[in-house]
Parts: sequence; C-alpha cells; structure tokens
Amino acid sequence: MIRLEARPEPSKLFGWASPLIAVVATLIVGFVVFTALGKNPVEAFHAFFVKPVESLYGLGELLLKATPLMLIAVGLAAGYRANVWNIGAEGQLTMGAIAGGGVALAFHGSESMLVLPAMLVAGAAGGMAWAAIPAWLRTRFNANEILTSLMLVYIATLVLSLLVHDHWRDPEGFNFPQSKMFTETALLPNLLAETRLNVGFLFGLAVVFAGWLFLQKSYAGYQMRVAGLAPAAAHYAGISAPRTVWMGMLIGGACAGVAGVGEVAGPIGQLLPSVSPGYGFAAIIVAFVGRLHPVGILLASLLMSLLYLGGESAQLNLALPSAVTGLFQGTLLFFLLAADVFIHYRIRVARRHRARVAI
Amino acid sequence: MDTLAQLVILTLAAGTPLVYAALGELVTEKAGVLNLGVEGMMLVGAVVAFMVAAKTGSPWAGVVAGTIGGAATSLVFGAIALSLMANQVATGLALSLFGVGLSAFIGLDYVSVVIDGIKAVEIPGLSTIPVVGPILFGHNPLVYLSLALFAAVQWFLYRTRAGLVLRAVGESPQSAHAIGYPVVRIRYLAVMFGGACSGLAGAYLSVALTPLWVEGMTAGRGWIALALVVFATWKPWRVLIGAYLFGGVTLASFQAQALGVAIPAQYLSMLPYAATIVVLAIISRDVVTIRLNAPASLGKPFHSGT
Repeated sequence: MIRLEARPEPSKLFGWASPLIAVVATLIVGFVVFTALGKNPVEAFHAFFVKPVESLYGLGELLLKATPLMLIAVGLAAGYRANVWNIGAEGQLTMGAIAGGGVALAFHGSESMLVLPAMLVAGAAGGMAWAAIPAWLRTRFNANEILTSLMLVYIATLVLSLLVHDHWRDPEGFNFPQSKMFTETALLPNLLAETRLNVGFLFGLAVVFAGWLFLQKSYAGYQMRVAGLAPAAAHYAGISAPRTVWMGMLIGGACAGVAGVGEVAGPIGQLLPSVSPGYGFAAIIVAFVGRLHPVGILLASLLMSLLYLGGESAQLNLALPSAVTGLFQGTLLFFLLAADVFIHYRIRVARRHRARVAI
Repeated sequence: MDTLAQLVILTLAAGTPLVYAALGELVTEKAGVLNLGVEGMMLVGAVVAFMVAAKTGSPWAGVVAGTIGGAATSLVFGAIALSLMANQVATGLALSLFGVGLSAFIGLDYVSVVIDGIKAVEIPGLSTIPVVGPILFGHNPLVYLSLALFAAVQWFLYRTRAGLVLRAVGESPQSAHAIGYPVVRIRYLAVMFGGACSGLAGAYLSVALTPLWVEGMTAGRGWIALALVVFATWKPWRVLIGAYLFGGVTLASFQAQALGVAIPAQYLSMLPYAATIVVLAIISRDVVTIRLNAPASLGKPFHSGT
C-alpha cells in the first residue's frame, strides 16, 4: 500500500520541479492524444511546438500573445497570494478594451501623442472599475468574489456586444458588428519589422518587473502574502483584510484592463464583439504554473502563448481542431496541481511500517 | 394551451438544469468538498449526451451517457483534490477550464447535427384537463425526474443514516475518521454524485431543452448553480425555489425579446447574471446564517495523518 506522509517542511525542490513535471506529463498526454487521433506524434509535435516559432514572424507572434498573458497573470498573482480569487479577468480585460477603445473612438483621427497614454489609463481604470464591484461586494456584503467576478465576465461581454452592434458601430462597416478602425495615434507602435510585435510587449515586461518589486520586495506585497498564508496572524498583526481584498482585486483589474487595451490597440486595431480568445482564463493557469512569481509567470506566459500558436498551427497543418489548445491548458493545470502534492507530502510504502510493528 | 400553463411549463423547463446541477453540488458540499468544476462537468455531460443521442438515435441513451460522463469527469477532480489533497478552488477551476476545452474538442463534428430530443409526454385524459392538466402533466419527463431527485436528496440527507454520515464528514472529517468512517471514500462518492447530476443537467440542455450542441452552451449555468447553493444556505428545498426563480428570470429575458420589447437584447440577456450577483450579495450579507449553515470543513483538504 502506497501512502502519503506529510513532510516536516515544504520541499523547495518540488516547488520548482513540479511545473516541469507538469509540462512533461502534459507532453506525454499530447503524444498519446496525437497517436490516438491517427497522427504521427513526431510530426504533430513539430507542427505544434516548432513550426509556429521557426520564423521571425512566428517569434513575434509568440511574444505578442504572451504579452496579455503575463500582464494579467502578474495582476492575478497579487490577489491569489492573498487568497483573493479573482477569476473574472476576462471581463476586466473586456471592460479595459471598452474604456480604452472608447477613448480611441472619441479622439478618432486626432494627431495628439497623448491618445495612446490616455487609452492605457482609461483601460486600467475600466478594468479596475469592473474589479471593484466584486471587491465591494466581498468587503461590504461578504459575497464570494469567485462567483461575482465570473458573472461579470458575461455582463462585460454583453456590454461590448451592445456597443459594437449599436452605439459604436462603424457606419461604413457594411452592418458588421465592429467599430471604426483606430487611427495611427491610437495604435501601439510596431517594435520589430516583419512581425506584428508592438511596444506593448515592453510594457508587459515593465509590469512584470514592477510586479516583482511589489510582490517580492515591498511591504504591501509582504502583507498580502501573510494575509494569504495565515489570515489569523495577519489579522493579529493589524493587516486589514478588506484592504487586502481591495488591493488584490484592483491590481488584477488594472493589469487585465491594460491587457485589453493592448489587444484593441495592437493586433486587433478596433473593437469587435470578441477581443480575446480567453486570455483572462488562460492567465489563471499561467499564474499557477508560474508559481505566482513574476519570473515564473514570464516563462509560463511564453509556454501558454506557444500552446495558442500550436493550436492554430495544428488546425492548419494537421486538420486538428484548435480547441485542442484548451484541452492542453486544462491538462497542464491538472498535472501541476497533482505534482504539487510532493511539495507537502512524500510517498511512503506502507510495508516498512508493518515490518516495524512486527518487531 | 392557456398562457398560465405555458408560463409554468417554460419556467420549470428553464429552471431544471439548475435544479440538477445545484442539488448535485449541494450534496458534494455537504460532504465538505467545494467543486467549482460544475460548468465543465455540465459541458462534458451535454456533449457526451448529444453525441450518444446522435449516434444511437435514442435521446435517453444520451441522458444516461451524459450522466456517466459527468461522473467520470468528476473523478479527475476527486483524484487531484481528494487523493492528492490539492487546493479545491484551483482544482475546480481547472476542471471548468478543462471541461470547456474537452467538450469543444470532442463535439466539433456535432455542431450542426440535428437530433430528435426528449419531448413532453401527453398523458391521454390527464393532460387535457383544463388549466390543471397541462400545469401538472404537461412537462418534460426530465422535469419530473428532477423533482424526484429533489425528494430523494432531501430524504437521503435528513432521513437516512448514510445521509447523516455524509453530513458528519462535511462538518468534522476528523471526528468522522476517528469513529471509523472512510472520509475520503465518502467524499469521492459525494463528488461523483455531484458530477453525475451536473452531467445530467448538461444532458437535459443538449437533448431536451434545446436539442443541439453548441460550444459553451451552458452559458454560465454551472456557475449560477454554484451561487444557488449559497443562496439556498445549503437547504435542498431552497435550491428548488431558487432554481425556478432563476428559470423565471431567464424566461422573462427570452419572452421580452420575443415580444419585441424596445430594449436591446443584450440588456435582457444580462438579467440572470445580474440577478445572481444581487441575490448572492443579499444572502451573503448575513454572515451568521452563512456560517451556521455552511458545512464547517467546506473546501478544506483532509489527510488522515496515518
């Protein structure tokens, strides 16, 4: 009989190794799935993980898609460390895109260099406003933020749909539900010729660095960590629980909102009924796989971005549905959570135990 | 058929997926396990039910398959959250994300397939009684099944020894373990029951309410079901009332759209989600009631330590 025995201290080794174990296990599952679907697994792996990043353009796409993921995941990590479960980043992203897009449309054709900064500020404010609702409901009414933040995702999507179908619809858009294309000053400048990579990526890196300073080096970040690990001790030490909730939610909302602006001012360039292929949810996985640590999140966002690109490439080259991406994302998180058991427990074979009793 | 009867029938029809999913989650939570994967299990149930119904031509075979599919999906949660003692919130989230991906993946070839769904059965003589007839006898068989499930859950939890043990495991797993009850095994069964109910809820959606398969067709109903368990302060009869209230809200938004009310459709579609938020806030406000009624060990991993 195999059983788990509590370790006296959490294992540092497994803290770092478990994301790697999870990635390897997910690859093995991928191998099995591809084989079961009658695809040559080597070819499939090549199409999924190598082909998308063989060209400079592909590398640009990798960094482009990693940008919203790292932005959102760093923001979520601040909350998750304090046990503030904001899972509505997708909605906060959408609200950020609406607010930023609103600025872009209001100053349509403007030559001012201030349009883009104003969009980013508006996006952060939009995401924060949307995250403030669950924060307020949690601190004032004790309402579970998991459920409220998720319900707000559906509402945000409907608000965006309303706007692009109605108030903000491009009159020359042949009745398609879309806004006017943003003009030059409302778009993020390109970073690398022959790719779609824009300066949003540098902004994402800067936010990850700021997140590192906040989470690892600041007193406020330390307080949030304590609030998450030992709520009773935090209370005793005078760390305000409502303040922790507010900070966790607002940081997450601001980051997601900025990511939303990055999408509409970047690869999309206008408002559409859908502005994200689920980045807000994928970022939850990125935050966990990255161990809620900015450096880990940076690496995990690249991996998750590759999964998105791999899904598209598999659709083109292997005639596999791109939904395979979602499947891999979920599997990865499952394996991570499963591997994490070895941080706190080790395996013991019970036979030894019985032998000792016999003596 | 008169309007009143129609209204009752449609409200119950819209509330039924919530009845199934929320009753299942209620039993899971009574055992002290918080499974946030309801949305994912519902989607897997919906797609499996639809696929089997399309392949065999029998929607009832689909319902059975969807129920089994939901239970099988919940085993993944059980393995990680119960056997490996992972964080239940994170594992449940993973299950929901996984279920969305898995159902989209396996259901791709079935998106435009048409099947014969389960329809309300006309009982000769009874269904034709004016007013009372259609209200009592005009429903889909799965609506009656959900009421039977409600009665069974109520009876099991409060009138049987096994129900008492399950609630004891949810209140104090350490005590239950000390007396000699297999806490983890009981929790597995509760999780699987929740999974089966979620699968059945999804099956009802894809083979009875709207016989078709669309990616993400549950549209957040799994999350609303989770909220319902809190509204109901973990009491089955309040789950039932809450589910039908939400059925009514969903129906109102559909009906208003059909009647051409001069409000954009999006506002009406927001109603169920907005209502969930408002009601959740009102109920949760009473911290004492929540604390008294919530299973004491809800969401906490259990390790026997031996």
